[in-house]
Amino acid sequence: MMQREELIPMLGQVTDIRQDTPDVKTFRVVGCDGKKLFEHIPGQCAMLSIPGVGEGMFSITSSPTNEAYMEFSIKKCGCLTNYLHSIEVGQQILVRGPYGNGFPVEGFFKGKDLLFIAGGIGLAPLRSVINYCRDKRENYGALHILYGSRSMDDLVDYQEILNEWTRSPDTHVYLTIDREQEGWDGHVGFVPNYVTELNFPTTLVPVICGPPIMIHFTLENLKGLGFREEQVWTTMEMRMKCGIGKCGRCNIGDQYVCKDGPVFSFDKLSALPDEY
Amino acid sequence: MLYRISCTEMDALFAALSETKTVYLPADREDGQASFVKWTEGTALSNRLNTVRSAKDFFFPQIQPLARFRREGQKIEITDLREESEDFVIFGARACDVRSFEILDRVFLADPVDTSYQTRREHAAIVTMACARPEETCFCTAFDIDPAKPADGDVRAYIADGYCYLEPLTEKGETLLAGAGECLEESDGAAVEAEAGRIRAILEKLPLASLKPADNREKELDVFNSPKWEEMASHCLGCGACTFVCPTCQCFDINDFDSGHGIERYRCWDSCMYHDFTLMASGTPRLTQKERFRQRFMHKLVYYPIRYDGVFSCVGCGRCLRKCPINMNIVKVMKELTGVRPAGAGEEA
Amino acid sequence: MQRELINRARELLADGTVDRVLGWQAGQFAYDITPAVFTDAGELEAHFVYNEFCADNLSKYLIKESEKEGKVLAFLKPCDTYSFNQLVTEHRIRREHVYVIGVESYGKADVEKLRARGISGITGVETVSGMLKVHTMYGDESVPLNEVMLDRCLTCKSKKHVVYDELIGEDGDVVADSGRFDMVEKLERMTAKERFSFWQGELSRCIRCNACRNVCPACTCENCVFDNPGSGLQNRAARDNFEEKLFHIIRAYHVAGRCTDCGECSRVCPEHIPLHLLNRKFIKDFNELYGPFQAGEVSGQMSPMCAYTETADPEASVVRKGGAE
Repeated sequence: MMQREELIPMLGQVTDIRQDTPDVKTFRVVGCDGKKLFEHIPGQCAMLSIPGVGEGMFSITSSPTNEAYMEFSIKKCGCLTNYLHSIEVGQQILVRGPYGNGFPVEGFFKGKDLLFIAGGIGLAPLRSVINYCRDKRENYGALHILYGSRSMDDLVDYQEILNEWTRSPDTHVYLTIDREQEGWDGHVGFVPNYVTELNFPTTLVPVICGPPIMIHFTLENLKGLGFREEQVWTTMEMRMKCGIGKCGRCNIGDQYVCKDGPVFSFDKLSALPDEY
Repeated sequence: MLYRISCTEMDALFAALSETKTVYLPADREDGQASFVKWTEGTALSNRLNTVRSAKDFFFPQIQPLARFRREGQKIEITDLREESEDFVIFGARACDVRSFEILDRVFLADPVDTSYQTRREHAAIVTMACARPEETCFCTAFDIDPAKPADGDVRAYIADGYCYLEPLTEKGETLLAGAGECLEESDGAAVEAEAGRIRAILEKLPLASLKPADNREKELDVFNSPKWEEMASHCLGCGACTFVCPTCQCFDINDFDSGHGIERYRCWDSCMYHDFTLMASGTPRLTQKERFRQRFMHKLVYYPIRYDGVFSCVGCGRCLRKCPINMNIVKVMKELTGVRPAGAGEEA
Repeated sequence: MQRELINRARELLADGTVDRVLGWQAGQFAYDITPAVFTDAGELEAHFVYNEFCADNLSKYLIKESEKEGKVLAFLKPCDTYSFNQLVTEHRIRREHVYVIGVESYGKADVEKLRARGISGITGVETVSGMLKVHTMYGDESVPLNEVMLDRCLTCKSKKHVVYDELIGEDGDVVADSGRFDMVEKLERMTAKERFSFWQGELSRCIRCNACRNVCPACTCENCVFDNPGSGLQNRAARDNFEEKLFHIIRAYHVAGRCTDCGECSRVCPEHIPLHLLNRKFIKDFNELYGPFQAGEVSGQMSPMCAYTETADPEASVVRKGGAE
């Protein structure tokens, strides 16, 4: 009998599906024994697949402090994700992971005031770390969460944000949508501009996740406020096949996003070739 | 210890080895090229310098089945399709190819280990053949490989004076030759030393003898941003010939195939030269052939050395020099990146 | 010949007729030629080469080159001019952006054939009256060029340039008895089983590098069906080796009626698979079923596959039954 092969997935099953936004669903996944498949660090990812449809890398959006299950918030945008949006509770699914480095929640982040900046589905990887910090409240300072999306309907985890995050101690939530919308009396405007408006102090540790263009301008504006690249973090997306630094396609320069990332500080990214 | 066998008796050696292990060796093909084939009675060892496909195929085959899935309703059943390798011998791989295994090892044997690769590695015994007739496309010496006295493999071999000389380098090699039975006779090293000396004299005269790769580990961005990539890549066809014949190219894809009896998941060779290699639903960071071309050479000459203590991911076998449809290759890239352009057309042809 | 080409290219650059030159660039040895674009006299003098190894069909590159602003000078061998015409017919090349100089070619040498003869360590090659004088690390060898020509040149269909703005060297004629269908006929005479086993043997060596497709002047799809994940096909090694055959057969079908028989597919195949035979089978069938037709012979000419007439067209399945058994 050969030892376990990392590329051969484990069997899991979907126990809950939540429609988050018109094109985002959140899937709850456990092993066939009903227990969590594996432990992870916030920011790590897992490969999900349906035989004959495809395999893809997704952020684990639940916090490791959740001992019962893992969750994945998935936007419908390709072949596999379209299929996943059509499955029903009870569907078995192939899972392998966890992959990647994760956020330095027990290192650099510890004891710091954190500023999470997310755009659209970019909240998915941050939700894990936000909830982790909320559950281990004593280890972190203030939590600032700036989240924006195209419209009110596209805000992922809106109910959780309203019902739980806004009510957490020393947690400050700033929501924004791109354009005016009926029924919305909050902030309107793009995330990068809102960052400047809010004029955050440079003592915060910003963590950015969202579309590349949003990340680009948010970083510029943070720098404008006096933030240094080495204190700002993000998580990258590249095409992946193996998840273990072997198949050779997700590299940014000498770094494999699946193994050495997906979490990078910007000083590290700036030292790498600009090809992402 | 050094052994020898007359070249006319090679079949006896292969027959003896084949009693316990499958023996693979390079053999001539009708089209004038050579390929590794399984030995059967009468299969002769090729004199060609190199096989079309490299010896990496033994450990990292073009297709590696992983698992079969059967779906019924919401249920999925998983069957492991991997198989433990049986013992086998690669007889007559060249020093360049054998060095490539080390380069692949660093990737495939790193945690988490690639089990299919590992089982083949463990079950293989490698006989490395010195290169009696190096060619103009050879530049393995640039990577400190010695084809006159191969250092890698379980046994090193020479063909000289009508004999095949065999010298075990590892315990596995000793056991292998012990299993060859009585067809081997002991020999002194005189013929082998003379042959190594003869080969070294040729190596010095190779047209690419002076080629040395630059250590650009500290210049990752400079090399990446070099304006020379544009022109070097300008006529690249974007095919994968260089990648697939390359002994150190290790990129792969994972795909599902509906066999009609279930979905088979397999791993197969992939090429960074292909436009969909990095294609995501949101697009690709490598938009043109320039970026793909650059990736391949950056990987071999800069990224891999950064990750692995300055070791280059090239062994100088020369296959890409022979097989690229437009004759663009790593030697031209290495020269271009160090400011040396290939010599001009010269006089009227 | 090389000197004449360089001189003329320099003149045309100097007088503004063209602003760049598509030709061949010398490599490290005599034979490793790379297609290249030259923009000034200095580059031409330093790197331009025209010798017996300049085999690349430059028409393929004109698809991209002719999209650019300005005018490009392209040197085309007789066989390349057929591809050029065909691509102009298919609106893939902008004719007005290209200045074509036809160059004479009496066949190109195949370095792999030199190697197959055991000639290795090649450092230089000269041609002296039909003989290749090969300099090697192991001494000089002399070989008649016509013994080591590319297969496609040995069965050359035409030494005539079907299109050019000017000509350097002599124009030749269409070769009536090229013998290029001999091997196809041999395959036709085989039993289905023999033929299957022939192709099984050849195609089993395919490594799916796509060199044949990417070099092919008839393969000009923006997104090949094999590159489309939605097609269910693979552009790399497939689990089922039947797909390897499928790839080549689908490709042969797709270029049928457009393939000029330039032979680039077989020339670049690292595994020496005679892929051109699939295309030649179609060409031969077309000739027999619809009358003689040569793709690319005349610009604007429709292929028989695109020129259906209800009365004159024989239905292939009616004319004869496929297969030999």
